[in-house]
Amino acid sequence: MNEFQRRAVKNRIIVVVLVVLLCIYLFPLYWMFSTATKSKVDAFALPPKWVWRPQIDNFRNIFYVGAGGALGTVRGIEVKPKPSAFLRQLGNSIVVSFVSTLLATFLGALSGYVFSRMRVRGKDDLLFVILSSRMLPPVVIAIPLVMMYRALGLFDTRFGLIIMYTVFNLAFAVWMMRSFVDDIPPEYEEAALVDGYSRFQAFFKFIFPEMRVGMVATAIFSLIMTWNEFTFSLLLTGERARTAVPSIAHSLGTAGVNWGHIAAGSFLMVLPVVVFTFLLGGNLIRGFTFGAIKE
Amino acid sequence: MDIRNTWANRVSDRGMLYLFLLPTFGLLLFLVIFPLIWSLYLSFCEYSANAANPPVFIGIQNYSSLFREKEVWDRFVTTGKFVLLAVAIEFLLGFGIAMLLNREFYGRGLLTTLFILPMMFSPAVVGKFFRFMMDTNWGIINYILGRLFGMPKIAWTTSYEYALYSLVITDVWIWTPFIVLLSLAGLSSVPRYLYEAADVDRASGWFKFRYITLPYVAPILILAVLFRTMDAFRFFDVVYVLTEGGPGYATQIIPFYIYKLAFSFWRTGRSCALAYVLLIIIIALSNIYITYLNRLRRA
Repeated sequence: MNEFQRRAVKNRIIVVVLVVLLCIYLFPLYWMFSTATKSKVDAFALPPKWVWRPQIDNFRNIFYVGAGGALGTVRGIEVKPKPSAFLRQLGNSIVVSFVSTLLATFLGALSGYVFSRMRVRGKDDLLFVILSSRMLPPVVIAIPLVMMYRALGLFDTRFGLIIMYTVFNLAFAVWMMRSFVDDIPPEYEEAALVDGYSRFQAFFKFIFPEMRVGMVATAIFSLIMTWNEFTFSLLLTGERARTAVPSIAHSLGTAGVNWGHIAAGSFLMVLPVVVFTFLLGGNLIRGFTFGAIKE
Repeated sequence: MDIRNTWANRVSDRGMLYLFLLPTFGLLLFLVIFPLIWSLYLSFCEYSANAANPPVFIGIQNYSSLFREKEVWDRFVTTGKFVLLAVAIEFLLGFGIAMLLNREFYGRGLLTTLFILPMMFSPAVVGKFFRFMMDTNWGIINYILGRLFGMPKIAWTTSYEYALYSLVITDVWIWTPFIVLLSLAGLSSVPRYLYEAADVDRASGWFKFRYITLPYVAPILILAVLFRTMDAFRFFDVVYVLTEGGPGYATQIIPFYIYKLAFSFWRTGRSCALAYVLLIIIIALSNIYITYLNRLRRA
């Protein structure tokens, strides 16, 4: 074998090793899926059942509450399915994530533009304050925040949760959008300024549309972060505005812990994130370094 | 349409700057800065948020008592142990996987994204599910360890010896991808011709790693470690769902302890003081972090 062939073989072996590692690494995901689709008996069987009859009872039961979790007819009486608390919490998650993401991305785009292109007094300090608010452990501000929310009537409202998440995503969005604006050649608005547009007009007419790729990436990131968020939802909401994640943490409110239900709920939370992660592709590294490293 | 006679044309640069920054800083002021100022005041008070009594100013007593008590130090030690162990393992695993991934092959992008996945999931959801997998009697982890290595059943989340490790394992599962991602970025920044030149000189693999790879990757790796360290101080959700700080207070790392002080024991003043200590640590760390970010940005 010559040098070239040896390298090719070595490469192939490493790829096989990687695939094996990946299978071990993602085993918890497989186990989540299998637990979610197993019957109660199969889920706890030891040795574990590697082949099972998939069923969707767990998914149905976390959305609808019948008598003892069963639907259809019980002793000849038809049981009408009632939507569960989890269904409402999932709805809260969707509403809160989308609204706060839209707000944060838009406001972040505006501030990101200013920080990228304009002279701002104390720019570095302002950017530092913004990023620090993102780094802050939620429990640090949670204590005064809970008191404030109770005093202002924001406690356990979707609005309250939305503005909190907007602030959190905003810090990220400002840094991210600043890095995307850095990539747009300044000639774009300079030409517009020469044509007699004000900078304000030039921004909305020429720059803002150019920022859409960056805004989509920023929005997907914010969406995932909000969708996943636990601490603020736990501390700032009660019955009404609670989102899905803390609900899963509290075993979906079912009496006793039903792991099949938890696996089903977890799987539903994880699935959209997988899709969105693939959509992000090359922007992952950029997001996690707040725009500092571009691929 | 004439662009000059519209209101939008009359917005000055200065006006635009204020208009664009105002919402961002308004929200920050209202929901971050103001609460922080309030909690700074409370940290100097004897106060319980669920009692009717108003806060009573007591000076630095909350702070001085924090540093005197052994149980607070114990929790700092637990936090330190957790951070060191988790970040070290993530670092070795993540960098190793990145070295393997850093070559050309069909499906590289897909494989990389699949490795990245766990860090995108909700840590609370992951933690909850790990609790199921780590169950002593019917958990899949004990079953597999028993079948493969004949190991006895381990009480992962409920014993003094292992509870902290159960947190470390979960954290490693979630955050190793972060190191993979950043290491890959570092590795791909190394110019190929350097390796080719080294090959011509018949340099050893170790030499190439030490004198070519490492210098290029080091700044990004430092960034990664800093970020993980900072993030470990936000590590609350997994503790909440996996061990609940127990058994006893074996896994009460600082953020969870603050939560307990504030919302279980209702010692609001004291919890605010500890929160401020944590805040100062975070600000110091993020100062270093941002310095590195800016350095990379300019590079």
